[in-house]
Formats: sequence, structure tokens, C-alpha cells
Amino acid sequence: MTETNTAGREPPDQMLDGNRAAAIGAKLCRVQVVAAYPITPQTPVTEALSEFVERRELPAQYITVESEHSALAVCSSASLVGARTFTATSSHGLAYMHEMLHWVAGTRLPVVLACVNRAIGAPWNVLNDQQDSISQRDTGWIQMYARNNQEILDSMIQAYKIAEKTYLPVMVCYDGYILSHTEMPVEVPSQDAVDRYLPPYRPHTVLDPGNPKNYNLVTLANPRANAEGVLCHGYMEIRYLLQEALQKSRETISAAGQEFGELFGRSYAKLLWEHRMQDAEIAIVTMGSLALEAVVAADALRKQGAKAGVLGLRVFRPFPGRDIAEALRRCRLVVVFDKNVSYGNEGATCNEIKAALYGSGASAAVSNFIVGLGGRDVKARDLADAVKGALSSLERGALSNECAQWICEI
Amino acid sequence: MSQVNAVSLTEKEYLLPGNRLCPGCALSLAYRHILKALDGRAIITVPASCLTVLHGMYPVTSVTVPCVNTPFASVAASAAGLVAGLKAVGRTDLTVVAVAGDGGTHDIGIQALSGAAERHDDFIYICYDNEGYMNTGNQRSGSSPLGAISGTTPILGKRQHQKDIVAIMEAHAVPYVATANASYPLDLYQKVRKAMSMVGLRFIHVYSPCPPGWGFPFSATIRIGELAVQTGWNVLYEVENGVFQLTAGSESVARKGNPTHVREFLTAQGRFSNVTEETVQELQDWVTAKWQRYLERARSS
Repeated sequence: MTETNTAGREPPDQMLDGNRAAAIGAKLCRVQVVAAYPITPQTPVTEALSEFVERRELPAQYITVESEHSALAVCSSASLVGARTFTATSSHGLAYMHEMLHWVAGTRLPVVLACVNRAIGAPWNVLNDQQDSISQRDTGWIQMYARNNQEILDSMIQAYKIAEKTYLPVMVCYDGYILSHTEMPVEVPSQDAVDRYLPPYRPHTVLDPGNPKNYNLVTLANPRANAEGVLCHGYMEIRYLLQEALQKSRETISAAGQEFGELFGRSYAKLLWEHRMQDAEIAIVTMGSLALEAVVAADALRKQGAKAGVLGLRVFRPFPGRDIAEALRRCRLVVVFDKNVSYGNEGATCNEIKAALYGSGASAAVSNFIVGLGGRDVKARDLADAVKGALSSLERGALSNECAQWICEI
Repeated sequence: MSQVNAVSLTEKEYLLPGNRLCPGCALSLAYRHILKALDGRAIITVPASCLTVLHGMYPVTSVTVPCVNTPFASVAASAAGLVAGLKAVGRTDLTVVAVAGDGGTHDIGIQALSGAAERHDDFIYICYDNEGYMNTGNQRSGSSPLGAISGTTPILGKRQHQKDIVAIMEAHAVPYVATANASYPLDLYQKVRKAMSMVGLRFIHVYSPCPPGWGFPFSATIRIGELAVQTGWNVLYEVENGVFQLTAGSESVARKGNPTHVREFLTAQGRFSNVTEETVQELQDWVTAKWQRYLERARSS
């Protein structure tokens, strides 16, 4: 998916860390209003954007807000008067935005947010896991997870395309430090190419005294007639439409990824990515940068005679359940590695994969491991060992399907 | 700027007849004049408040100005976003106005308001102050006065004095702060007009008596507002680029030199029915000291 564009007219690769890639992505999208509050490990994104604005490389309004709650309120209102808006955050910042996340999705605003995944306290920890964004999965935002820095940049550009077609906000998530602070070669598309892909934002309605409208009024559960006697949606219909838009956005995401591939040579036509899944009996399922270790682990398992493959989730909301069930149809064991926990249950990814398999005809046993919380290092060997353990439990008929196992010292 | 009077006030209405506010609510009178002053050249943002009630229920609204409702803590940030967005798309003909109650201003919204003031964001912020969380049914706020009975100070009354939000905003060195009162709508109108002609964060505090929350008859709203001014409880003034002046009713009280005893204001309302003589005296002392400070400022500027 990340092969180099052969057109030869794009600038050469640059060494970029994930945060720089996200900021350059936002700049290439010609964002018009940026509001952000510093938080580790997102801070370099807000710094880079302020630098672009102060150098007049990006003609945007940059609002140095006093909190993340305000950052998203600024983006929300700026979007309502027709501006393309961007913010970035991590961890507690995202948690602090929680209320506004609901409001932005409920107002159907195409705001794009970079979430640099970081653990959430207590206790304090600034390193990576995905608890922050997973905790926001029910707010109505599209959630994309990048595997590497090229995907961060590419996802940013696709995010605006998707957001502005679906009228849904998009969160581009990537692992703190592992990607945010690690440099790798990234092909940066030219501004012209991005302009061809992404037209200027055309809002469906803007706040204007010429045609006064009142956004987000108190709304009753049932439909209600307006002044002309036309029956208008109730709260429940409006919420249904949000759900329907998320469900249908799968097609827009695929189309945006495919069109991106045609222009830039890196195709993202599916919400999933696969590695050696064609004949796989054992699937390792991950999300985000853990993919790199998962691929190494699967290849190692193959060398040892196990037919292993990797299924990665590029998009977590909307959940590509049907595609997942199809991809896992022939597997006898699915091992899901989660960098998050839905406390009192199991890893969120595993939980949803199990639900996707139900009634699909797939018969795989599913094993869940919680790994890498708070920046705990995860090596390919750990993943391969966990898979081998699950496999031997399965063969002994002793695979626990209820509790996630934690790869830690307790 | 020529003074507006009852004859010269624009007849155009932006607030339609029939809304969901309580009878006798001072906010509807104040908001009517605020909108008249803005003359349709504004975008409004409103947090959770009685004003949300005034704006009505989807899909109908009683106002004819564009408005975005925003969460409780975020009205000043929402206004900052409107300003930034309008600038980004090249619209320079509109004034952005945030209108919030005392809960949304003195308490949950103060962080965003302070941030916007510090950044010199270019909008008008209007706080209509009914001295409590009236939209949720009368609980104490940072603006509730000492002795006031509320849902969360049900027997003893509030034990602390109210927060001086106007002084807090003045300390942010914003170009314009003003106080107004729904019982003096032309003074309010004038202040909104003046604020419109300025750049930066302009803060207007509007005193807004609440019949059910304060416990007085619907018909007494204007009188209660006037009593607040005549006793010095609510002082009408403006500070324009650092220059202080008393206005309207407060200017007359200063000129005549006869503030009414605060007891007249207190006994007209149910919320002070439990105050002791000591508290009445404490409130009178508080009002007197405050009034003296304003008088001295008026004299020295």
C-alpha cells in the first residue's frame, strides 16, 4: 500500500516524524481555521502549524485556545460559517473534548482532528496506548488509525474528503512516540496534486443574517411541525440520520481511498489491510503501528510452519464488521491484540470482532491479549509467543473465550 | 453618538411575539433591545441558559437572527470560532455576539471567556445576570448574592457575596466593559451600539430580574430592576478604554445623592425572606462600600 509513486513528478521522500506528517497534511488541505491546545505528545503538531501560519505559508486563522474543550468549540463554530477547520490532541485533551466531540458530530460538521494516541491517567503516563480514542468511539466520529507516517499524511488528506462528503467529523489516530516522534521516509504530495484531489469546502448551510437559522435548538424526541406546517425530524430521527451516515460512510471512505490511489499511487480502497491472509488459518488482528510487529510475527510463525496472516483495521468507526467476517472466514484461530480495554469486559477491538463473526458462518476461536499499555514495549516475539500459546490452548480445547489475557507481569 | 429615545428607537423587531420565557422575564425585554441595536448584522452564539428557552424548540424559533447553540462551557470559544471562521472566509460585515447567563459566565464559562479576552478576540460578550441558575430551576451561582435562598441554599441562604464579573473582565484590559439593566432598555441599546463600533472583546453585563427565581410578581419586574439601581445594588456604568462613567439611573442617583436603603429591594423579593437583620446590615454595608468606590471613580475620571 505504501509503494512509491512511479509518476516521478512528486517531490522526493522526506524524513518526517508522525506529528510533522500530520501538520503537513493539514497544511496541504489548506485548512482555514486551526485551534489547538498543547498536550504531549501532540504538541509538535500545534507548533508546526503555528510556524506555517506565522511564516505565511498557510493563510489560516490560528487560535491559541485556553483548553481542548475550547479548541473544538472554535472549530465547530468556524465550520458553521464555512471554514475548513483542524485541531489535534491526545489523551486527557481528547477526554476533555468529549462533550464537544458529541456536539460536532451531532451538528454534522466536517471537522478533522489528529489524535496522537496516549495513555490516560490515573496514574500519569505520557506514552502510548489507544485508550483515549477508543473511549470516544461512541461519539459519532469516523475513526481512522494509521500504521506509519506515510499513512498519517495520506489519511489527513483523505479525512477532509470523507468528512466533507459525509458531513461527519473524522479523527485520524496514530500512536504517540512510536509514530509521532519517530522519523521515517514520507512522500509528500505536491500542493497541486492535493488541490486536484480536495476541492474547497462547500458547506451545505452557513450561518448568515440573510437567511437566519438557529443551530442546535432544543429538540423534542418526536417529529414536530414547523411554521409552515411541515413535519420536521425529532431528536430521535436526527440521531438515526447520524447513525445512517456513519453506516453509509464506508462507501465514501473506500471511494476516497481508491481515488487517492489513482492520483498518488498509494491505494486505500479498503477499510482493512491484509498481510498473507489468502491462505491463513491463524489471523493476528491489530490496529495502528502494532501492525509492523504483527507482520514480523506472522512471517516468523509462517517459517515455523503455522499459516499465519495479519488483518489490520485502518478504520474503526464505522466498524468494517462484514469485511472482517469475510476476511476471517477460513481461519480457525483469531488472535486480537488490543492497546485498550473496555474495562469490565475485554479489548474493544476483540469485542467488536467477536460481534462481527457472530452469525457470519465463521467458526474461528477468538483469543484476546491486552498489550502495550502506557508505552509498554511490544515485540514481534511477544506477539508470536502469544499466538503460539493461544494455538496450543486451542488444540488442548482449553481456550478461554471470556477473559482477555494481559501480557504483563501479574 | 446621538441618544436614542422611545420615538427614535427602531421599530424593526428581531424577537418575534410569543416565546417560551416566563411571564415578566427581564431577559426578553433586554434581548429585544440588544437585537434592535445589532440591527440584523450579527451572528449570535448561546450556551445552555434561559436564552436557549427563549430561542425556542426545533423546528421553530422566536428570533430572526442566525444563532448557534453551544455547550455550557464554550460560548466564548464558540464566538472566537465564529470570528475566525468569518475572517477565514472573508466576511467582514458581521458582528459576533455571545450571550450567556451568569452561570455560563461567572462559573462554567469563565475559562473560555478569560481566554478570549486575553487573546483580544473580536466579539461582544453579553452576560444577562439573574443571579442564579434559573434555567435549571433556581440554584445558587457565583453571582447569587449573600442571603439569597435558592435550590442549593434552601434554608440559610447563600453564605458568600457574589463574584464581581465586571471587575474581573475589566482586569483583562478589554477595550469596553459596561453594565446595563433591563429596566433601562435605552441605556442598554446605547451601550450595545457603542460596543458595535469598537474592536476587541467588549463585555456588557445586563442585570435581569427573575420573577419565579427571586419570588416577586410578574408585574413587578421593571420596579425590581429600578430598585436595584436606586439602592446601588446594581450600578450602571461603562469603562471605555479605561475611562469610567456612571450612566442612566445610577448617574441620577449620584447626582441626587440619595440611594434608597437596600431593605426596600430585599423585602420586595421572596428569596431574601429568611435574612436576619445582621445580614441586611451586612448587605447594606457591602452596597454602600461598593457605591462609594464607584462614586469616587466617577469623580476622579
